[in-house]
Formats: sequence, C-alpha cells, structure tokens
Amino acid sequence: MKRIRVFGLLVLLLLAFVFPLLISDPGYDSIAIYTLLYAAAVTGWNLFSGYSGYISLGYASFTGIGAYTLALICEHWQIPGGYIPFLLLPVAGLVAGIFAIPMGWVALRTRRVTFVVVTIAMMFVLQALAFNLSGFTSGSSGVIFPLTIWSGDFYNIPYYYVSLVLLLVAFIVSWWIRNSKYGLGLLAIRDDEDRALGLGVRTWVFKLSAFVISAFLGGMAGAMFAYYGGSIFPATAFDPVVNLSVALMGFLGGVGTLIGPIVGAFLLEPFQQYLTIQYGSLSLNLIILGSLLLLIILVLPGGIVPALHRIWLKRVAMRGAISPVSSHDMEQEEVVLLESGGGEKE
Amino acid sequence: MALIFDALLSGLLTGGIYALMASGLTLIFGVLGIVNVAQGILVILGAYLSYALYQYLHIDIFLGLLITMPAMFVLGLGIEWAFIRRLKQDQSRIMLSVLVMFAVALIIEGTLNLIFTPDLVTLHATYIDASWPIGGFYLPYVYVFAFILSVVLLTGLYFLVYRTQFGYSLRASMQNRTAAELIGIDVRRVSAITFAIGVALTAAGGMAYGATNLFNAASSYDLISRLLVIIVLGGLGSLSGALFASLGMLVISDLTTALWGSQWASTVFFVLLVVLLVFRPQGLFGQLEGRKQ
Repeated sequence: MKRIRVFGLLVLLLLAFVFPLLISDPGYDSIAIYTLLYAAAVTGWNLFSGYSGYISLGYASFTGIGAYTLALICEHWQIPGGYIPFLLLPVAGLVAGIFAIPMGWVALRTRRVTFVVVTIAMMFVLQALAFNLSGFTSGSSGVIFPLTIWSGDFYNIPYYYVSLVLLLVAFIVSWWIRNSKYGLGLLAIRDDEDRALGLGVRTWVFKLSAFVISAFLGGMAGAMFAYYGGSIFPATAFDPVVNLSVALMGFLGGVGTLIGPIVGAFLLEPFQQYLTIQYGSLSLNLIILGSLLLLIILVLPGGIVPALHRIWLKRVAMRGAISPVSSHDMEQEEVVLLESGGGEKE
Repeated sequence: MALIFDALLSGLLTGGIYALMASGLTLIFGVLGIVNVAQGILVILGAYLSYALYQYLHIDIFLGLLITMPAMFVLGLGIEWAFIRRLKQDQSRIMLSVLVMFAVALIIEGTLNLIFTPDLVTLHATYIDASWPIGGFYLPYVYVFAFILSVVLLTGLYFLVYRTQFGYSLRASMQNRTAAELIGIDVRRVSAITFAIGVALTAAGGMAYGATNLFNAASSYDLISRLLVIIVLGGLGSLSGALFASLGMLVISDLTTALWGSQWASTVFFVLLVVLLVFRPQGLFGQLEGRKQ
C-alpha cells in the first residue's frame, strides 16, 4: 500500500514538474500558476481551520499582509524584478505570522460562528487600514511591483516553479502536522475542545501556534499572488472573494483531510478561470459556478475526498482484500493518498 | 453640535432599515441553525424588484411592497424546500449552510447582472429628493418614510413572535428543536415559514436600502458583512439584539463620519465589535452557548 502511495505521489510530482515544458501556452500556464497558489493557500488554511475546526473566513487577512509586505519591501529598498523577490517570500510569510499572533490572541477567544465573523471583521479592518494609512501603503493608488526581467515563453516558468515549491512546502507542513501528536491535539480540539483540554491538550497553545503557521503559509502564497499579478490595491489584497474561495475549495475537497484542499483547488480554480475567460466575470459564470457548487454540496456534503474514501472502503469490503496492482488513475491515487490523511470525519 | 445631532438622527433612521434586514437573518439563524449568507443578495433582489415595478409598471416603491414582499415570501419557501431542508442536523450544518447559501447567492447575483447589468442604479419616486428643513440641515422624506416602514414591520414581527400561536412555536423551536417536536410542534413547517418571513423582510429592507443608496448586485458583499456583524454583536438569534446592534452600528458609523472622516466609519465599528466580543463572546443579548456534545 505504502509503495503505491509514494509512487502515485512521485508520478503526480513529475507531471507537475514537466507541465510547463509540455504546455507553453501562457494562458494555460497562468491558470496553472493560480491553481498551484490557491492549492498552497487552501492547504495553509486547512491546517488550522480544517484540523482544529475553527473555520476562518478571513484568510485574505494573511494573504493580503504577505502581499503588502513584499510590495512595500520591493518599493522601499528599490529591489529590481527577477529572482530576488522570490527569496523574500519567507519574510512576507514571517510578517503575516507575526501579525497573526495578536489577531489570533483576540479571535481565538471566541468559537464557532462568532469566530467566523470576527475573522471577517478583522479582514475588513486590515483592508480599511490599507486604504487609510496612505502615507505607508499609498492607499487606493496601490503599489506596483518592479518589472520582471523575463519575457516570451520563459516568462511564466520561474513563477510556476516557485509556486510549485510553495505548494510542496505547504503540503509537507500539513502532512507533518497531520501525522504528529501536535496534529492529533488539533483534531481533538475540533472534535471536542473542552474534553481535549480536560485530557491535557494545551488547547490555547495548539490553536494559536496552528493559526500562526497557517498565516505564515498564507502570507507567502499571498505575496506570490501579488508578485505574479504585478500590482496590489487594498481591495484586491484584502478581498472577501478570496476568503470565500479558499473556504469553498477546502470544503469541496474535504475539510481536515490532507489532500482535500489540493483536490478542491485543482478542480475549482481552473474551472473558475475558464468560466471567467469564456463568459466574463460577472454574470453567466456566477450562475454556472453557483449551480455546480450546489450540486456538489448537496450530493457530496462531506467533500470529494471523504466521499471517494467511503466508496473505496466499500469496494475493499466487497472484494475482501486489496489487490496490489490496481490501476493508477487519478481517482485512485487520491484515495490511496488519503489513507495517510484524514477522512475519519463522519 | 448640529453636526453630531445630524449624525445621530441619520444613524438612527438608517439603523431602523438595517434592523429590518438583520432581524430576518437572526430569526433564521435561531430557528433553522443556519447562516443565511444570501441575505445580502436577497436584499438587493428586493431592491431590484421595486426598481423594476417602478420602471416598467410605474408602481410606487412603497405600494410595490404589497407585491414584492409576498413574492419574496414565496421565493423563501422555495429556497428552504429545495436546499435547506436537505441539510442534515449535525456538526457540519452551519458551514454547509454557508456554502449552500453562498452558491444560491452566486446564482442570484449572476442573474441580476444578466438582467439589470452591473451599472449602479437607485430607486425613484416623486418625493425622493424632497426634504424637511430641521434646524440647520435637511431631512429627506424618504429616510423618514423608510424608518416608519421599519417601525411598522418590526412591530408586526414582534407581535408575531411574542403574541401569537405561531410565535410560541417559533420560539420553542428556537430553544430546543427536539423538545419542540416532542410536544407536537411541526418544526419543519415552522422552519419553512420562518425562513420565508426572513426573506420577505429583505424585500422591505431592500426597497429602503435602494431608495437611500446607489446599488448593484455587488453591493451585497458589503451588506452581508455588515449584517453578519450586526447579528453577532446583538447575539445570535436575539431579535432585540439585532435591533440595538443595528442602531448602535449605524449611529457609531455616522458619528465617526461626522467627527473623523467617512473612511474610518466601518473601521471604528469593526474594532469595537472585536473588542466587545473578546469580553462577551455571546454578543450583547445572546445566550451563552451551552456545551454541545
């Protein structure tokens, strides 16, 4: 089993690595970059919100802080476009993480729906600050990133691989947490916080640290989003649509599972981009997206990955044993990967 | 001084309108246990309905409510039947409801953009630009009319919830769903009607909003975040909480605008909200949530 899992992962990774070499259409590459970044962001979101059960609808706070950090560093120190901003991504993540400490300190005193609303409110406060502290953030006129030095077919390549690295980092962190005692503590908080506290889980430390780690990953992804986009404004950095997209992708794939967020992002983001290109961003694509979401939520309420997991378990039970040489189609790999992930959520 | 008085007055008047929209939202949360994130777009839908009635049939926006409120009531019944009834009663219900209602909101938003285009519009009536001079400033008629409408509808809602048989069933379902079922209340019917009432109220709220603001379908995001904040501040499921929180929020915003500048209006409010929730997580009038198994 383990061998199949590792093999599947390697195949996927290889595919991801050669993708921009095979397909050089800049349109597809840009969709791929956004998809990878969303996958990284949702993985970061999931390792706090998914594992601990504290659903945050304010993740754009951290992507926005990361984006502004990178933009302002580049502007103040006159950093030229090219590879150097990539090296500054961890700094953006760090700043987001530092911001997350007082924010989490306050927000984590509340639970459930109140927590959701507090996270939304905090994002709007940050957005307003970005608008109003115009001496520092240049307000509504935004910040422009330095021009890139790449052009032509090569233009997207560096962005693509850095995004892939970000996703890998997020995935590894998420995997480590999921398979550690720390992650078990977070899951215990999700299932019953008071009981977890009674059993000796230091819930406060666990929650706050996971919140900060999640913010760190979000900050890096957000900085990358902004750098690829080329400019940043308060309304796009702290965008309520990002809050919702991140949560939607998480729920679509399966909250609290290891690869659910990636599956959700890989399905939803290209689809959203395609619809935007095909129908414009305002009317028809919203209707199609909404209908599709409704369909998925009502048919697979727990998310795609847990649903596939159930189907897989049923098949295994029917056959009595797993045959080791099963085919390697996409569906199965997800399920195989999931064995190390979550899916216990009923 | 006149400035502060003006801010207080306009805060109270618009606060009444928000109270109307927020009461529907908080009732829906209380009885059905779901967060209706589509409330924002439903308000805008209500505004567009009034707009269409005035534009094409020349029906006065206040009279038009006699048509739009029943229409929205039926729409609410439809949404409840089609989607909300299918959600299970378990831990994931709240989040799933957010996703379902968000999907519904997307569909409505797309449809509104298709029909009305994303251009900003506002509602028209002969008296919309008229105003009373009071002291040093002018008080537009439409604010006063909208406030009176809110008072009438909210009084009606209070009467319905606290003085009728249906209201007893509603509050029983809110307190304990299972127990309410055990004593013979048809909780599903109560839920459906509560949801429909909440949606019907958005028709009136939307009309008042549309008469006092420029709007398009995208205005719903700003509205829903304000409404969510209001009902959390007031305490989820509490009608009087929604009322006081709406008035408080709008008064604070307008006072900040008058004293400091409009760009800080919502910031001050959001900061106050966060501070308050740290000390009182259940909101102003909410019940402290018991431990859920």
